[in-house]
Amino acid sequence: MAVTGLIFVGYVLAHMYGNLKVFAGQDSFDEYAHHLREFGEPILPYEGFLWIARVVLILAVIGHAYSAFKLWHRAAVARKEKYSARRVAKSTLSSRTMRWGGVTLLAFIVFHILHLTTRTITPGSNSDSPYERLVAGFQPERWWLVLIYLVALVALGMHLRHGVWSACQTLGFTNTAASRRRANLAGISLAVIVAVGFALVPISVLFGIVD
Amino acid sequence: MRLTLKIWRQPNSAAAGELRTYQLDDVSEDTSFLEMLDMLNEQLTGTDEEPVAFDSDCREGICGTCGVMINGQAHGPEVTTTCQLHMRSFSDGDTITIEPWRADAFPVLRDLIVDRGAFDRIIQQGGYISVNTGSAPDAHATAVPKKNADRAFDVATCIGCGACVAACPNGSASLFLGAKITHLGELPQGQAERDTRVVNMVAQHDHEGFGGCTNIGECTAACPKEIPLDVISQLNKDLRTAMRHGL
Repeated sequence: MAVTGLIFVGYVLAHMYGNLKVFAGQDSFDEYAHHLREFGEPILPYEGFLWIARVVLILAVIGHAYSAFKLWHRAAVARKEKYSARRVAKSTLSSRTMRWGGVTLLAFIVFHILHLTTRTITPGSNSDSPYERLVAGFQPERWWLVLIYLVALVALGMHLRHGVWSACQTLGFTNTAASRRRANLAGISLAVIVAVGFALVPISVLFGIVD
Repeated sequence: MRLTLKIWRQPNSAAAGELRTYQLDDVSEDTSFLEMLDMLNEQLTGTDEEPVAFDSDCREGICGTCGVMINGQAHGPEVTTTCQLHMRSFSDGDTITIEPWRADAFPVLRDLIVDRGAFDRIIQQGGYISVNTGSAPDAHATAVPKKNADRAFDVATCIGCGACVAACPNGSASLFLGAKITHLGELPQGQAERDTRVVNMVAQHDHEGFGGCTNIGECTAACPKEIPLDVISQLNKDLRTAMRHGL
């Protein structure tokens, strides 16, 4: 759970960096997307780097989901008779929504790949320019698409908020009160940075800042 | 004060249980929670109904025998054991739901009593140190740095009541496990068996059917001894070290 999760943290930060290139204009954004395919050439074949990343991510998704469903199952069989009265004491909403939030994210990732990677779903445009597909997709008349992305980003932020902290616990990094505070702070900071960093792009397109 | 009590009644582990409602009058706010249940049992005996079975022993918050779920909170609304909870934490006219700890690893024996033998079996897998019997060594024979001694002492306050399991949405006993691992791991006497201890105790924990920890933290809120969550991190760290050593 923790190790695969940290792979995703590294990935979303790199992904966010690429997305923010949209503010540097169409050339910069498209060139970045194109360069990802040529990255490492000639030692790596065309799209070689991309496929290494994809395989690592797919394995990480499988490992992450397997561990999650195993924990889910263990929790379900550990308490078959439920409480009739239950009061939450101090757990965060993020920690209590990890499972369904994770399922939501998985569904979103499938949608996201169909939308901008395989181009199976093409709201607005199916241009060869990633920049044009992005800008056409998030226009105000397709507010529902912006909404899907923003809901997914809230889910991602909440998932990271608990996930980063929980990974630190699982890896045994938080053996003092101070390190626990730092791990919690790291979770909150990453959640905010990633959610806001990604959300800037569709919101900017929606309001015409990027066109 | 006048109270409405909804209490889990179950004649034995094989029979089905249900919540039954009772009225109890003239409860003083200075009464302890268990004394309140004693009052109810006197009333039930008078009406030829079986008294409510619940665990208790020292009644001074140090033995870990008592413990019930009160309005959905392990040991009730205060950070203490059920026996040290007083009725001043409730108000006249309150309805109080009282249930046993719920975990399949803690089967209900009767009413509010659960079998916590699973904890004993976890301890048997390494929650001890092996020493030769004989006269006790001098207390200062092995020097322990103050920092380690303090941490060991803080987590050694775990009385094994099971509130962490009862409160955990995953039904995990990781806080209990972490407290024992940290307690012995901080002391020089605990080093010889440190690796095998964590591996065997975790294996027994999982074998008993407790759930896996997802670091939610409900356990620490319920713990009457305020064991901090970092013992679970310590548990994971010790487990990682043991695995690196090839166990």
